[in-house]
Amino acid sequence: MSETKTPEAEKDEPNIRIVEDATCTFCGCVCDDMELTVDLDANRITKAKNACVLGRAWFLQHGIEDHPQAMIEGREVPLEEAMDEAARILHEAKFPITYGLSDSPCEAQRVAVAINDLVRGNIDTTTSVCHGPSGIAFQGVGESTSTLGEVKNRADLVIYWGGNPAESHPRHFTRYTVTPKGRYIPNGKKDRYVVLIDVRKTPSAPVADQLIRVKPGRDFELLWALRALVRGRDIDPDIEEITGVSREVLDELVERMKNCNFGVLFFGMGLTMTRGRHFNSGALLALATDLNKHTHFVAKPVRGHGNVTGADNVVSWQTGYPFGVNFHRGYPRFNPGEYTTVDLLARGDADAALMIATDPASNFPKHAIEHLKKIPVISLDAKPTYTSRQARVAFMVATYGINTGGTVYRMDDVPITLRPAFDSPFPTDEEVLTGIHTRLKKLRANGRKKAA
Amino acid sequence: MILIPGRSSKQGTSLNAGKLKEEYQTVTSTIEMNESTMRKLGLSAGDRVRLSCATGKVEVECGKPRKDEDLPDGMIFIPYGPSSSELMESDTAGSGMPMSKQMVVDVECLGAN
Repeated sequence: MSETKTPEAEKDEPNIRIVEDATCTFCGCVCDDMELTVDLDANRITKAKNACVLGRAWFLQHGIEDHPQAMIEGREVPLEEAMDEAARILHEAKFPITYGLSDSPCEAQRVAVAINDLVRGNIDTTTSVCHGPSGIAFQGVGESTSTLGEVKNRADLVIYWGGNPAESHPRHFTRYTVTPKGRYIPNGKKDRYVVLIDVRKTPSAPVADQLIRVKPGRDFELLWALRALVRGRDIDPDIEEITGVSREVLDELVERMKNCNFGVLFFGMGLTMTRGRHFNSGALLALATDLNKHTHFVAKPVRGHGNVTGADNVVSWQTGYPFGVNFHRGYPRFNPGEYTTVDLLARGDADAALMIATDPASNFPKHAIEHLKKIPVISLDAKPTYTSRQARVAFMVATYGINTGGTVYRMDDVPITLRPAFDSPFPTDEEVLTGIHTRLKKLRANGRKKAA
Repeated sequence: MILIPGRSSKQGTSLNAGKLKEEYQTVTSTIEMNESTMRKLGLSAGDRVRLSCATGKVEVECGKPRKDEDLPDGMIFIPYGPSSSELMESDTAGSGMPMSKQMVVDVECLGAN
């Protein structure tokens, strides 16, 4: 798949490698049709054919950082010493937490679970501040689902609710849902009707045939009204006053949903991060289920980070729960709100933190960040971040998908193999985590941590 | 007013360059409002603005006005980042998810940059 032109063969040309069918791990689309041009002398990607604006930035901006592999309190140290210190911190902590994982391959995620099993820690992923509420809703009401391939080949009605893929997942439209021609959608966009439901007119609006603007914080009421209409019930005559959407628009949408051949509801943070959270996601999932009495309808969360779906899968298959898992009693327990990282930090429960490919110091609530500053933090990231800057132990790791292989899950739970472009002097996060895990096993064998 | 943090293309591309770089910090501390709201508040593009709520306060820059039909009156958009985190309440109502959108904030004009 890869082809290298050496300077010996063509002296005037730079040392270039072309990597075909490479995978972009920036967002949950995980597009695996990249053609990368790699300057092996400069250790950087110079061209990313087929990539969107975000993918291009991802590939072109991830070269080799001029940064130490490992630091303790801002001081460069050998990798082994940093792994010793990280293991010591986790071994001595009474309530160690691990968070992040959505920008790591599944192989590293698996080791992170093993570490928490060993130290009786708490493992959570960025899902908890992303589609965590949808994860709660899946357990409550189930999921009518499909792959993105089925959507591409069959969906003639595509509804986006509370999301802006034009800016967050630019190729979602062009690769899977709107413009591509499918087996039963021979004319692409012409055979589809696209609806966007949002509180504002986003850059995604031009793609849609219809924009429905809901009042902020009224998604649940709108979803419940749609459920009622799909089931043939009457709704509050003041529905427009409540939701901002007229009865006529609702009736038309309901008829369109009931009479399509294959409908899909894609939903984003506009539902999970607002008032109602998992009730919003649950209402949308229930609406999709209701519609299956009339036609084929599915609902899919639009997932953000490149392997956040893999994190859900790995943590689920290893512990039985998708995120917010606590091993304190020696077996996994799941309780969002109790074992999710924002809560653990804001309450001041955690006394050490292992942050893997994530930057909570920049995107968590203020009170959670304040506690993070008080405890020893171990960070693994491919670039300096707010979190790595304040970490007691900071590892600079290779970029997954660019410097490392491994497996990631696309947002529709399809596993995809990574095809690295060039080598990195930095260790992979799997190597760092394995080093910490090995040390922890020795420490545990020498003296079991005091039971809390 | 209601603050809606969200993703933007510039936020995504500057994120890849590095969160500690100036571009990311500028992008994530620039807000958008519609023309009518900016006029009502006496704001112009480039003005400094203080957003505050019970959780915290932060100074940001006012970006170019959006058309009235694009962004409702009384709504502010800001790309996710350290500024929006400063205003985010940590209570998750037992869900694990803080209220990351629809934050009610006060707006105070601090004058031209």
